[in-house]
Amino acid sequence: MLELEGVSAAYGAVRALDRVDLKVEAGEIVTLVGANGAGKTTLLMTICGRPRAISGSVRLRGQDITRLPTHRIAALGVAHAPEGRRIFARMSVRENLQLGARLAPAANLKTNLDSVLALFPRLGERIDQRGGTLSGGEQQMLAIGRALMAEPELLLLDEPSLGLAPLIVRQIFAAIARINRERGTAILLVEQNAHHALRLAHRGYVLATGRVVMEGPAAELAANADIQTAYLGKLSA
Amino acid sequence: MAYFIQQLINGLTLGAIYGLIAIGYTMVYGIIGMINFAHGEIYMIGAFVALIAVLAFTSAGIASIPLLLIVVIVAAMVVAGLYGWAIERLIYRPLRGAPRLAPLISAIGLSIFLQQYVQLTQGGRVKTLPPLMPGGFTLMRGDDGFAVGISNFQIVVFVLTVVLMAGLTLIINRTELGRAQRAAASDPVMAALCGIDVDRTISVTFVIGAALAAVAGVMVVLYYGVIDFFIGFLAGLKAFTAAVLGGVGSLPGALLGGLVLGLVESFWSAYADAAYKDVAAYAILVLVLIFRPSGLLGRPEIEKV
Ligand SMILES: Nc1ncnc2c1ncn2[C@@H]1O[C@H](COP(=O)(O)OP(=O)(O)O)[C@@H](O)[C@H]1O
Ligand SMILES: [Mg+2]
Repeated sequence: MLELEGVSAAYGAVRALDRVDLKVEAGEIVTLVGANGAGKTTLLMTICGRPRAISGSVRLRGQDITRLPTHRIAALGVAHAPEGRRIFARMSVRENLQLGARLAPAANLKTNLDSVLALFPRLGERIDQRGGTLSGGEQQMLAIGRALMAEPELLLLDEPSLGLAPLIVRQIFAAIARINRERGTAILLVEQNAHHALRLAHRGYVLATGRVVMEGPAAELAANADIQTAYLGKLSA
Repeated sequence: MAYFIQQLINGLTLGAIYGLIAIGYTMVYGIIGMINFAHGEIYMIGAFVALIAVLAFTSAGIASIPLLLIVVIVAAMVVAGLYGWAIERLIYRPLRGAPRLAPLISAIGLSIFLQQYVQLTQGGRVKTLPPLMPGGFTLMRGDDGFAVGISNFQIVVFVLTVVLMAGLTLIINRTELGRAQRAAASDPVMAALCGIDVDRTISVTFVIGAALAAVAGVMVVLYYGVIDFFIGFLAGLKAFTAAVLGGVGSLPGALLGGLVLGLVESFWSAYADAAYKDVAAYAILVLVLIFRPSGLLGRPEIEKV
């Protein structure tokens, strides 16, 4: 589905990704874990062309998307619930979801909306409220819901659990599992919360200072005590 | 009292024209965070297209005024829209991401270029047009016998402004294009992640702003009947003032700012010294900005975290 080969990225002179190889197969949940500043967000954004990879290639279903503009990459079926959620604060929940739906056929709008509201009933209660007035958990649901409205084949999720209460985190993770199970959407999940993420994912990658330092089946990574100490620190506790 | 009402009508007419130009400033500012200093020239070009179209129309011997109005307005909107599009492509897009001063200076340069270009091709002399739509209504008569009138053309200006404002509001609030514009204005990266072609959306915004300025140009040609290649400078400055007065970035603010400015000028000319009407207009601007830095209807800048 998605294949990164030797991808490097930088902000000016600061190198943030160093020759990253990574794959996500169709229908798979892959998690990318690593400490703060490891380059996880940069990796997801580079897939979307912001920043653009300075070397290496990003392929989607075999097509080279490394140089495509961001909106064209989105149109190929990549939806992103980015770091910080980036809800359109002055627009209503409904409008946020409509913006997500631009890339899906207009005829599917109603069904897609119903299915997102079934996944996150809280959004239905807040449908005409401004995005900026939602709680952190609700905003995260909206960010994921907005991404789903595009009927993506690949869903990129950047730390969906960040700053949320444990109960909400469980709801969000349950929703992610359900999306993958019911729709077969491939998911690349970035998390600092490695425990949770590795339990959910099929495979995982560990990123440290812009490099992939470990990869494998999620269960194996979870069992590997080195990860906890060396790369995830106390964050996994 | 009658005299007062007459000034009110005249001030609102002028204000509607300022408001239509101001919308272009405010929309472009809303989406790219920059003032398009070549916008006044777009209005001037709209006025010239209208002049040429009217002359062509009348020399072709067609006498229907409504038909003429429609053709002239559409022609001016299309030509000005092309100029607006070109300005974005030539100046603002290549310089996106450059220090803010670069596009600003380039736009001022372009505006001088456009003035000179129109002067060379159309001549530097003032152009006049006899009134096309004479006539009007007497609304009331004061005790002193002063008749309050509204001309047919003033009615056209009001109706057109209301229709355009309503249409624009509908586009911005209810359509996919409007949603894309608001999304691109508030978070261009997220907008692109949603599949919005932000560059195209910005282009469309320039075109809409230019087309509305062109309508203002048409109105000025038909209402005052006097234009030259330099009218874009002062009108641009006034409309910019109107946009800031109303709260730059706010559409209703642009219209309100235009109306306030038009009324101030009109009343000042009527009751005080007309030579100082611009001083009065800018004094109002200063006062408003002291007490409401974000303008009448603007919201305070929220720092992005
Ligand atoms: N916009 C930016 N400009 C400059 N440096 C950045 C920017 N975003 C991230 N970085 C740097 O790139 C590195 C990777 O950051 P990031 O991808 O956000 O890591 P993570 O998501 O794993 O916390 C860090 O060193 C960070 O300081
Ligand atoms: Mg991050």
